[in-house]
Amino acid sequence: MAAGAKGAARSMGDEPGLNITAEGGRSRLVARGRWVTSRLAGVAGELDRVRPSPAGGATIDLAEVTAMDTAGAWLIERTRVLLAANGGEVELTGVKPDHLRLIERVRRAGMPEPLPPRRRPTLVDTVANLGKATIDSLARGGEMLSFLGAVVTTWARLWIRPNRIRFTSLVSHIEQVGLDAMPIVGLITFLVGVVLAYQGVDQLRRFGAEVFTVDLVAISVLREMGILLTAIMVAGRSGSAFTAQIGTMQVNEEVDAMRTMGLDPIEVLVLPRVMALVISVPLLTFFANMMALVGGGLMAMVLIDITPTQFINQTRQAIGMWTFWVGIIKAPVFAFLIGMVGCFEGLKVKGSAESVGRLTTQSVVEGIFLVIVFDAFFSILFSYIGI
Amino acid sequence: MDSGTNREPIIEIRDLVNRFGRQVIHDGLNLEVARGEVIGVVGGSGTGKSVLLRTIVGLNRPASGRITVLGEEVTRLSDAEWRRMQTRWGVLFQGGALFSSLTVAENIQVPLKEHTDLPRSMIDEITALKIRLVGLPADAAGKYPSEISGGMRKRAGLARSLALDPELLFLDEPTAGLDPIGAAAFDQLIGDLQKSLGLTVFMVTHDLDSLHAICDRIAVLVDRKIKVGTMAELLQDQHPWIREYFHGPRARAAGVA
Repeated sequence: MAAGAKGAARSMGDEPGLNITAEGGRSRLVARGRWVTSRLAGVAGELDRVRPSPAGGATIDLAEVTAMDTAGAWLIERTRVLLAANGGEVELTGVKPDHLRLIERVRRAGMPEPLPPRRRPTLVDTVANLGKATIDSLARGGEMLSFLGAVVTTWARLWIRPNRIRFTSLVSHIEQVGLDAMPIVGLITFLVGVVLAYQGVDQLRRFGAEVFTVDLVAISVLREMGILLTAIMVAGRSGSAFTAQIGTMQVNEEVDAMRTMGLDPIEVLVLPRVMALVISVPLLTFFANMMALVGGGLMAMVLIDITPTQFINQTRQAIGMWTFWVGIIKAPVFAFLIGMVGCFEGLKVKGSAESVGRLTTQSVVEGIFLVIVFDAFFSILFSYIGI
Repeated sequence: MDSGTNREPIIEIRDLVNRFGRQVIHDGLNLEVARGEVIGVVGGSGTGKSVLLRTIVGLNRPASGRITVLGEEVTRLSDAEWRRMQTRWGVLFQGGALFSSLTVAENIQVPLKEHTDLPRSMIDEITALKIRLVGLPADAAGKYPSEISGGMRKRAGLARSLALDPELLFLDEPTAGLDPIGAAAFDQLIGDLQKSLGLTVFMVTHDLDSLHAICDRIAVLVDRKIKVGTMAELLQDQHPWIREYFHGPRARAAGVA
């Protein structure tokens, strides 16, 4: 019994070996020891020295082999085939029945084809990859545009028949993306307000203009920082969650099940999420702005000794109506982008759970990227129309 | 290999107790598997077939009891002993559990690279051999798990679990999800490899055809314990679940009863 011999010999530790001798035109190979996977490194060198035997044939003596597994059997069989390459006759002697059975099993499996060589990327591959990536990203852009179209038309349809809006789902998503995000968004913007005020005071003090720290904080927070930080947090928190949720449903074939029951995934899955974001993000942004102002204000009071009243008056002078609206107007647009990308990537999940992870990462990166690109567009637009 | 001639126990389970929270899965379970035998473990859903397998291979710590595998008590092994033990058994998980970021060939090479110091060229050769042994086409070697069918994934998983030529093979529902022809071929492959490599096989399954085709003995999980016997013995058993299982319409279809 092969396995029995293997178990018994395990402690003996006799290394495998191979002796090659030639007796009058006939090669004689004597194998000994344990021909098992973990030990075979020891005979690799000897095996490489085996050459096809001249016409006289060859003998492989296996009488001293104490254990053998498939890898060992394969090496013996391979050596036999190699020796016989010139047409000589190769004889196996002293082979134990268990070992013979293994050798025959390996022979029956046939000559394994060598593994395909590991590919090293060449310059051509690099160029080809670049081209492929370009075409892929163009195709993606196209897909995303058609998804945008589908979402917009479905939205328009719901506008006409609002009773088809999934209110339960909508409210639950508003809770998840809006209400539940308040602590983290509030804390982060508060801290950023503190940092802005601190840095502002530090720099403006050189001109004796510390009091304008309030202007700095108010304008930068209301126009840019509040909405940007909120959008980035939402992309990281909710955009990724959308991709993961819808992606998991894809993997479980839930989305396909939905389609076969005549439910439109865009209406059922995408719109409640996107709408929830479009409703929540402006509110979150407002909250974020206030928290940042509070943070900046507190810091300013500590550093430059102004009273709350002075702070409020200074803020009021610094900002106009549009300073506030410039920030808030961007919120629903960013929200729509994040929601769109999150759901789009989720619906793109195919097959394995691995792609859920990959696309979730992608959705966050793309979400934040789009938010910043659109923020730049808005800046240009606002400076063009002078607000 | 006939199980009658050699009764050296390769797995020995004594008074095993497994519980999750207040739910008792196994209560004083005893089982012995002899070297060279194929044992099939069956039982209704939730009777803890997979839990039993996971407990033996150390993925689940039992509440109490003693498990001896290949002569060593697995609950008391040091880390180094664990590593050595893990080279002596192979586990095939239900879906194959191939690493999705590696090709089939690279998957099979993982244990070879981790546990041996064989030269690169020899590892490649052994990998190619295992691919042949489990009946995978040669072009599967360079493919990723997502690019091959479920049946091929199981074969690749089997090749990986056989990479180090283990003495003991654990199979978790090897034929689940395969079409009947594929399942029969897989049964045949396992039976053939078991005989020619002298393996001991511990197989969790639902497939009556598999039980019939390759198992020497069958262990039935009932009432948080285990009942072991040959097919003929279990057919005579009066336990209601066992009667239902071995005399039901599916059993008749499989030509068991």
